[in-house]
Formats: sequence, structure tokens, C-alpha cells
Amino acid sequence: MADRYDAIIIGAGHNGLVCGALLAKAGKKVLILEAQEQVGGAAITRKFADGFSVSACAHLLYQLQPQVCKDLDLSIDTVADDMATIALDSAGQHLRIRNGAATGLNDSDARQLHAFHKRMARFSELLRTYLNKTPPRLANGTKTDVVTLARLGLDMRRLGRKEMRAFLRLIGMNIYDEVEERFENPLLKGAISLDAVLGTHLGPRSPNTILTYLYRLAGNHGKLSTPTGGMSGVTEALAQRARDSGATLRTSMPVKRIVVDNGRATGVETDNGETFSSWIVASNADPKTTIMQLVTPRYLETGFVRRIDNIRMRGNAAKLHLALDGLPVIKGIDKKDFAERMLIAPDADYVERAFNPAKYGEMSADPVLEITVPSFRDPSLAPTGKHVLSAIVQYAPYGLREGWSDAARDTLMNHAIDKIAAYAPDIRQRIIAAEMLTPADLESEFRIGGGHWHHGELALDAFLFTRPVSGAAQYAMPLDGLYLCGAGTHPGGGISGAAGRNAARAILDREKTT
Amino acid sequence: MSAFEVEQGKLRTPFWPKTRAFDRLSESHDWKGYASADAYLEGGLEYFAIRNSTGVFDLSPMTKYRISGPDSLAFLDRLVTRDMKKIRPGRVAYAVWCDDQGQVIDDGTIFHLRDGEYRVCSQERHLAWFTAAAIGFDVTIDEETTRVAALAVQGPTSFSVMQNLGLDGIENLKMFGLMHFDFHGEELMVSRTGFTGDLGYELWIAPGKAEALWDALFEAGKFLGIRPIGTYALEMARIEAGYLAPYLEFIPAEETVRTGRSRSPFELGLDWLVDFSKPVFNGRRALADEQRRGSTWRLVKLDIEGNKEAHHSYVYARKGGRMINIGFITSAMWSPVCKQNIALGSVKTPHGKPGDTLWVEIYYQREMHWSRVMAKATVVDGPFWDPPRRRATPPAPA
Repeated sequence: MADRYDAIIIGAGHNGLVCGALLAKAGKKVLILEAQEQVGGAAITRKFADGFSVSACAHLLYQLQPQVCKDLDLSIDTVADDMATIALDSAGQHLRIRNGAATGLNDSDARQLHAFHKRMARFSELLRTYLNKTPPRLANGTKTDVVTLARLGLDMRRLGRKEMRAFLRLIGMNIYDEVEERFENPLLKGAISLDAVLGTHLGPRSPNTILTYLYRLAGNHGKLSTPTGGMSGVTEALAQRARDSGATLRTSMPVKRIVVDNGRATGVETDNGETFSSWIVASNADPKTTIMQLVTPRYLETGFVRRIDNIRMRGNAAKLHLALDGLPVIKGIDKKDFAERMLIAPDADYVERAFNPAKYGEMSADPVLEITVPSFRDPSLAPTGKHVLSAIVQYAPYGLREGWSDAARDTLMNHAIDKIAAYAPDIRQRIIAAEMLTPADLESEFRIGGGHWHHGELALDAFLFTRPVSGAAQYAMPLDGLYLCGAGTHPGGGISGAAGRNAARAILDREKTT
Repeated sequence: MSAFEVEQGKLRTPFWPKTRAFDRLSESHDWKGYASADAYLEGGLEYFAIRNSTGVFDLSPMTKYRISGPDSLAFLDRLVTRDMKKIRPGRVAYAVWCDDQGQVIDDGTIFHLRDGEYRVCSQERHLAWFTAAAIGFDVTIDEETTRVAALAVQGPTSFSVMQNLGLDGIENLKMFGLMHFDFHGEELMVSRTGFTGDLGYELWIAPGKAEALWDALFEAGKFLGIRPIGTYALEMARIEAGYLAPYLEFIPAEETVRTGRSRSPFELGLDWLVDFSKPVFNGRRALADEQRRGSTWRLVKLDIEGNKEAHHSYVYARKGGRMINIGFITSAMWSPVCKQNIALGSVKTPHGKPGDTLWVEIYYQREMHWSRVMAKATVVDGPFWDPPRRRATPPAPA
């Protein structure tokens, strides 16, 4: 006899935890199943060398939604709030950027940056409103759908005619054209380009990279912070909330399949053969993995399967972790600067060139990097006097033509360390231990198809009404009882909790009406 | 040289070397790249061959897919709306397949050739849709259109023609059944199917034996009034039988760009093909919704007063002394065998229930001048033409 629950959540990633905690809080008997030994999914802190811990995938918190914190009465301790961005210059003439202002810009760039930031902030504010709403249906919608849709139109009109036109013009455009048109400083152009393409299979010249940039800002005005104890600081707190509300969390329980009986999801079966029954199954796994592997296509209709099968899951970001016996020396960088975020993206063309090889299944020999040294503010992550460097390395295509062997991983690590060494010449002497996670590693460790951080490319054709696919953007899948609650749904990736919260609300709403 | 020659920019079927001898008109239209004869001598004459003796139609251009593999049944069961588990080997099923919105993509016949091996036949091409439908299934979809030549042999004397052809056991073949025979060392598949609503068979063979089959068939039918027929004649028989034609009674869902221009099986009078006891099939969720909500359109068969053919006409209903436009005619003809002015049409529900009286606005031209008549029409149930010989087993010899 299988255990019965009101709702089963597959995956204790941050969205799964938010969804599970909210359902439990609403009085549901909730079971959250996590494949790993540790909760948190891709938002975890884990040891990678003796005495050294790091946020193993996502390492900066910039999108956590206040609504999520409010609903769950959650406050996250951070060691750093509102971090600056330092665009590294090989000659030591670094650019320090924070909140739409930067030091070391000429007058024209400073003015343009102010205008650019103001406009982007306004546009992202428009998106921000919709992060925490279920996207409306365009056809056959309910009253709520029509109201939401009308409000979206109204909000756009409220920008004013000129800005609304600018919004509609820019939303599909690439970030490269915009930064080239506005700015002269190559470091500034590189930094903005990098923010637009982090975690995607896109270069700055790819379409809709302004949308991805806006999405990044929309979460929390682009303010960067680091949680105390790394990302597990967030997910452990969420897990605690879920437990406090009565949810059952079970780790090391990979789900093998979603049980479908007579046209509806009725529970899950785990790898060890245990089955759990529930009329509600919400998957925090990416949509493609959920549908194609956990459900399998034969229980769903062809058009839907075809759209899901076509979701672009080409992860292109790798993660580098270095255990250092001390801070490296970088020309023009003070000790206190290690509290900030550092970028290696010297200009927009550099970023685009780094992307070029990825189109053909090759890794960048000159990658772009987003570097943090989380141990600088958070001594819990490394032994005294020692440090942890955490960097996102792009581009490293999931579909590497030669395949992701140990040798390929070493090559990528060397490319990344060489690139850091161009700015911090003593870096190699400082390394005690190193770890490189390729998209293939991210896929196997975090069970994200294609190792794609956002659970599917964030693009205009997979955004709002069409995320993950058109006709299924309301968290409920076209299989009774099955829901998605992860980053593959609206609004998308990033540690925001919005998808999990929206999904929980959609589930509770549907419960009320049926 | 390929059996399917290309001449004058059009593909010729394997029977062309034979049919050309009968072709006095050289009038053809394009059917998926093939030249398909409109008529060989005279459309009306060919139509009467179907109803009074035997007409032979070259249906080689028909799209054919061979479906095989361990999941062939599961694949088809999910693809079409009816329950394919009930179609045993040696049986043929008429079926429709829908998109996720429950809108008809096409209709066709599915031949269960041997255990787990099927052939799907349809007027239109569907490889893209079938390939998508095969995602997650262990099934092979083989486009065999050019590898199978086919003839429809239809009419009251067709059974005797089959007997003369030496097909032992053909007398036991029931409607929607199929049998395999040996023909000059090749496999000849014969099914008791057709598009005419009459007694008839369809013959399927490798292109290399097409000409020999034609010769043997016409020899067998020599004294039974056999003659080749073109699309005009077939189309007349098709309307009398009340069968649907894509692009007339419905637009294949994937070809529509405007919303509301496609049709569901319910809207085409095919409720009997939709089996909700299957937990999943393409369109199920939308069709279940439609069943609850009610359909927008209804296919009607109309018996119209007078003798003016109702081509392209609007259909009206009388409501409170006023005529309201409720739809349009999709196919129309004067039926020689029924002596009736008949038509198929698409009207808005709740109009068009069997027995309802509707009005058809017919424009017709006589010596340049146009006239208009508002003709009374009765909605009829069932086909206009459905003789008992169509299903009699064994059929009566000629």
C-alpha cells in the first residue's frame, strides 16, 4: 500500500521547497522528494576540498522575491548586500559599477549609463510586476486572465508613447547594438554584455539579449548579495519552513517515474521502488526531463510533446571552484575589492568571440568569467587565512563535439585559470585544490537537462505566455494532477522562488475550482 | 527506369502506360505531384459504371505509410480518435486524427496488414505529424507511397470481376476486411473498401506488376462493363455516399491560419469515431471539453427541392419570420441514382438536426444571365446512397 499525500513535490530545489512549503502552510499533506543527500538542488553549499565549501552552482543572490519571503516569513542572512561589479582591466584601470553609476567613465559614458540604467530600471519594473503572477492565457482565458492581460497592456501604455515604443523595439533586440550605440568604454560594454548572456546559449549579438538583461534586473533591481553560508543558507531556511509547516522532506530519493493511471498523474515511483500516491504531483525538475523522462510521451498528446521536445536545453556555463591559500594579487585591486563581483569581459566583442566556438560545439579558449571570493566576507567557507574563489565560466557547450571527458574538463579548467592568471599572475601558486563543473557535470549532479541553469533558454519564444511552451504556461500540465514548479516555467531561472510560489498558488486555485 | 515516370512536370503512376490508352480527354489535375485523370472519356458515363457495372480508379497517388515495430498499435491508438485495439489483423479501420485542439488533421483508412503491421492511407501527406507523434514510441514509419500501386474496383459487378480474376475465397471477404493473394509471384492485397458507397474492392500491388494486374483485371471484367473512371465520377459517388473530402468538408487543421476554420470530429458527424474510453489520444482533452461545452458546427446532409445544384451556396434557417444565415454548402450535386438534389454542408449548431427544414440560396446562370432561388432543404440522416449489396457477404454475382 503506497503512502498517500495531498501533494508530492519532485525535487527540493529552491522552487520545489517554496512550492512545498506554501502548500504545507495551506494545510496540505506534502511530501518533498530530493535525489541528492542534501536539499537545495542547484542552490546549495557543499564541500569541494578539505575545509573548503562553496555554492556549487548559483553563487549570487539577486532575484529572491520579497513576496516569497513574506509568504513564508523568511529572512535570509547575507554577508554582502548590494555588491559592486568590478570590470577587470589587464592594465589595472578597472571599472567599478554599482546601481547605474561607475567610476572612471568619461562624461558622455556617465550620462549614457545613467540614461540606460534609468530606462532599463523602468522596463524591468514592468516585468517585475509579472514575475509573481501566473501568465494569462491568450485564448479561452478566464476573467483573471483577461484582467491580467489588460493590465499588462495598460502598464505598457503607462510608460508613455515614446518609452512604450522603445520597450517594444528593445525587447527583441540584442544587447550588443545597444551598448555599441551608447557607450565608448569597452569595459562597460563588456560588463553589460556579460550580464545579458550569463547562463544562456546566447552571445551579446544574439536576439533578445536585452530581454535577458531586463530579466536579470527585474528580480531585485539587479542588486547582488551573498547569503551567509552560501546558497544553502537560502535553501536550508526554506526547507526548515517546509518542515515547520508539516511537510515531509526525504533526501536521497531520486524519482524514477511519475505514475499515470487512466489519464492522470496519481503519484511517483522512486529508484528504490517505493511508490507514493497523490492527486497532485508538482515537478521541480526541468520541463523536458519531467515530460520526456518522468512521464514519457505516450501519456500526453503529440503537439504538446513536440513543443516540449523542442525546448532548447543547451547549457553553456561551467563552474570553477578554487581553494586558495591566500588572496591573489591583482594590479589595481585592493584587498577590500575581493568582497565585490569581478568580471573578465574586457569588451563586447570579446564576449561575442567567446561565444563563437560554442556554436560549433567547442569551448572558449578565451572564456568570460564572473568571479566572486565568497570566503572574503564569510569565513565559514574556508580555513582561516585561506580563501575560496567561485567563478562562472562561459562558454562551455553541453554538446561539446569531442564529448566531456576528464581531459576536456582539464582543458577548460586550464583555459579559465590562464584567463584569471592574466589578471592575477600568482593565482596558480595559490591553488590548493580546484574543481571544474562542466554542463555535463551540472546535469548529472543537479539533474538539470543539458546542464542549463535556467531549465531551458530564456527567450521571447519561451517567456511569459509561452514558458515553458505555449498552451501550458499556467503551471498545470495537460495531464490531470501534474504541475511544474521550477525554473522552466514562468518567470524563469535564478534564485527567485517566484516559479515555486506561482505554482503553489495555481495549484491551490485549481483545488478551489474543481 | 522508375515505374513512376516524370513527364510534363508531373509524376505518372505505374498504371499510366495502360490508362493512357483509354484517355481521350487528357484532362487531369495535380494530386500530390501526380497527374490524376478528371475523366477518361465522359464523367457521367464513368459515374454510371460505378453504379451499374464496374469502375476502376487509379488511386496510386494515395499517401501510404507503413507502420511497424513493437509500439505500432500504441502509436496508432494515441494518434487516432477511435480504439485501434479493436481492429484485428486482416481488418481495415476508417479513422480521423486530430491535433491537441481536437481539430481534424485528416481522415484515412488504416489497414491492419499482419499482426502489429499497419498501413495508413490518406489523401494528404503527414510525415511531419506522424514523426512527431512517434516521439517516445518504438515504431517505424515508412513512406511507401511510390512502392505500392493501387486501384479501386467499384460497382455491382466488381465481385464477379474479382472471381474472374481467380481470387479464391474473395466471396468470404467482408466489408472492411482485407486478404492477401499471390499474383504472378507478387503479393496482391485486396481490401473490401472504397470511396463510392457501393460494392467494391481496392487492389494493392508492387509497381512492377501494375501493368500485368491491369491487363488481368480488364480481361476479367471484359463482359462485366468494366471501365476506367476519373475523379469527376468518383466525386459524384463520394457525395452520394456522404463521405468527407479534405479541403471541402474540412480544412486540415495544420493548414488553417484563421481561428475557427478547422473542424472537430463532432462537427463532422464523426462522434462514433471518438472513443473516450481510451485514457489518452491526440485531441482527447479538447474533445472532452467540446462535448461538455457543445460544438459550434454541424455537418449536414441536405435533400434540396428542385434541380439546381447548390454549389457554394449559403444555408439559412427561418427564425421568427426572418432568414438567418447559418452556414454554407461544401459539396453539391444532382444525384442521378437517387434522383435527388443533394448536398453536404457545414452549419452552426443548434441548427441542422435530422428532419430540420433549412433554406439554400442557389445562384445559377443560364445563357449569361444569373438567377437566384431560395430552395427548401431537409436535413437527412445517413448516406443518400447505401445499397444492401455494399455489405452483402457473399455478394451477389453479376
